[in-house]
Amino acid sequence: MLSYIVRRLFFVLFVAWGVTFATFFIAQVVPVDPAIAALGENAREEQLEEFRERYGLNKSKLEQYLIYMGRLISGDLGQSLRTGRAVAEDLREFFPATLELSLAAFVFAVLLGIPAGIVAALRPNRAPDVAVRVLALLGGATPVFFSAVLMQYLLAQRLDLLPVQGRLDGFLFPPPRVTGMMGLDALLARDWTVFLDSLEHLILPAFVLGMFSAAILARMTRATMLEVLAQDYIRTARAKGAVASSVIFRHALKNASLPILTLLGSLLGGLLSGAVLTETIFSWPGIGRYVTQSATSLDFPAVMGVTLLVGLVYALVNLVTDLLYAFLDPRIRYT
Amino acid sequence: MAAAVNAPSDRRSRPLRRFLRNPGGLLGLALLALLLLVALLAPLIAPDPVEQNIAQRLSPPSSAHLLGTDQLGRDVWARVAHGAAISLKVGFGVVVLAVLLGVAVGLMAGSLGGVWDNLLMRLTDIFFAFPSLILAMAIAAALGPNLGNTILAVALVSWPVYARLVRANVLALREREFVEAARALGVPQWRLMLRHLLPNTLTPVFVQASFDVGGAILTAAGLSFVGFGAQPPIPEWGAMVSETRSYIAEAFWAPTSPAVAILLTVLAFNLLGDALRDVLDPRANA
Repeated sequence: MLSYIVRRLFFVLFVAWGVTFATFFIAQVVPVDPAIAALGENAREEQLEEFRERYGLNKSKLEQYLIYMGRLISGDLGQSLRTGRAVAEDLREFFPATLELSLAAFVFAVLLGIPAGIVAALRPNRAPDVAVRVLALLGGATPVFFSAVLMQYLLAQRLDLLPVQGRLDGFLFPPPRVTGMMGLDALLARDWTVFLDSLEHLILPAFVLGMFSAAILARMTRATMLEVLAQDYIRTARAKGAVASSVIFRHALKNASLPILTLLGSLLGGLLSGAVLTETIFSWPGIGRYVTQSATSLDFPAVMGVTLLVGLVYALVNLVTDLLYAFLDPRIRYT
Repeated sequence: MAAAVNAPSDRRSRPLRRFLRNPGGLLGLALLALLLLVALLAPLIAPDPVEQNIAQRLSPPSSAHLLGTDQLGRDVWARVAHGAAISLKVGFGVVVLAVLLGVAVGLMAGSLGGVWDNLLMRLTDIFFAFPSLILAMAIAAALGPNLGNTILAVALVSWPVYARLVRANVLALREREFVEAARALGVPQWRLMLRHLLPNTLTPVFVQASFDVGGAILTAAGLSFVGFGAQPPIPEWGAMVSETRSYIAEAFWAPTSPAVAILLTVLAFNLLGDALRDVLDPRANA
């Protein structure tokens, strides 16, 4: 088990290296000079030279790569061309907001998708099943950016039920930063006004972001549950008089949990990168909005930083998913 | 007796018949046919998609403007209709590129084995771990934002799934008698790959591809929405939603029409994919 984990962690490192290499490669094909992109067309030659000197852009590609890798090993992701700050510092500031949003969306998706899938599977082709299937089909086909725009207009602007954008009302002071997740930090500071307000700000973007995942999850749960419910041991359990709920949860859902778990892992990874569109629309100060702005201004150190971070999180989530397998299914052993 | 005579052709036509009995699949096919028709006939059935008429900006749907006009007084129906060809081009373009690349990698990894297998699959792993939208954004930003680069960018993040699919299939096929027989007869490696292994892996690829067309259209529209795809005044659906979204209060039809078009298109491919999987994948019959 331990050697398996170590091997997998090496693999995570390998993937991380691959991701940085690919992004570095992509950054080299940019037809625009990043110095001009940052300083503008009218910048004087000395200014451009100074900028290139400061960010090491005048060295050879190989040198630039070696310098980048050397710094990376010591945890230095370089400097953002746009914000002028260390990329690592930017990520520390913006990532918790994305994590908060993605986790909330994930909770939405699980609470909505899995029960819907179970209900649908219990009575196939009846009204609730048809409703779940239609909603799941629509949810899987609706562009996130439009549902975000629509919900923002209807629920926030028109009905004034929820805040339009941002993480906190302008007149409130954010709690002292501990985790960077506004809600959690407010809880830690026992600041209930801020906690409730940040929760209100979170609901809409999290719901919009989670809808697509909820749709996929409902479909998958339904399909897996249908398959499991058709097995002989379910009939046996029913025949011997087991309580209906125990058949559903202990016999069926437990055995359907492996494929669902696999999907959950990949959904969480997908949410992190899907946050790009949601954050842009709701002015959510996370790494999705950060990477969009960075890519627009050809700030590749920042783009590489975000890609590396999200790639790492994704690989680690996959590792945890695989380890949970062994926990849920004793037949699976890693050596 | 008639049944006995018909038996072989019956078996062959069974997938088609099962498809025709699948309401979701038929709906998907009908939507797709409608979309193709609109895409092909757009120049005939819709007015100029870029002609501006500021005097009539944000006017509601009427007989003159079926879906109203946008903030520049452009006909929304014209833009949606002309956008159909763009979205289909993007969807099919992405999937064709991704399938070509993914199948080639998977086929080589599966049939050559050894070092090649390791090398190619680790490459696949790296691309699989990439946050797809972010990578596509980086590529599109680097190459310059336009439709061709969007297709290339989304294809580059979409191929790994085909590589894994084909490799897994090839590994299973390699143990089968007909492959062993071909090898024993001295069929060269490349011929074995192309004539014996490749055709037998195409069914799952086909099913996956039909889902991915919809997914590719969604991703590309998302890229255009944040400015990394089609540039104005091109009537790309995602870009249209982005350009008109701040007018949703005065003219809901402007952002809603292209969004519904995306929804119906993606829905069509998802329904088609579901039906094809049910019909072609024997395991899904349960």
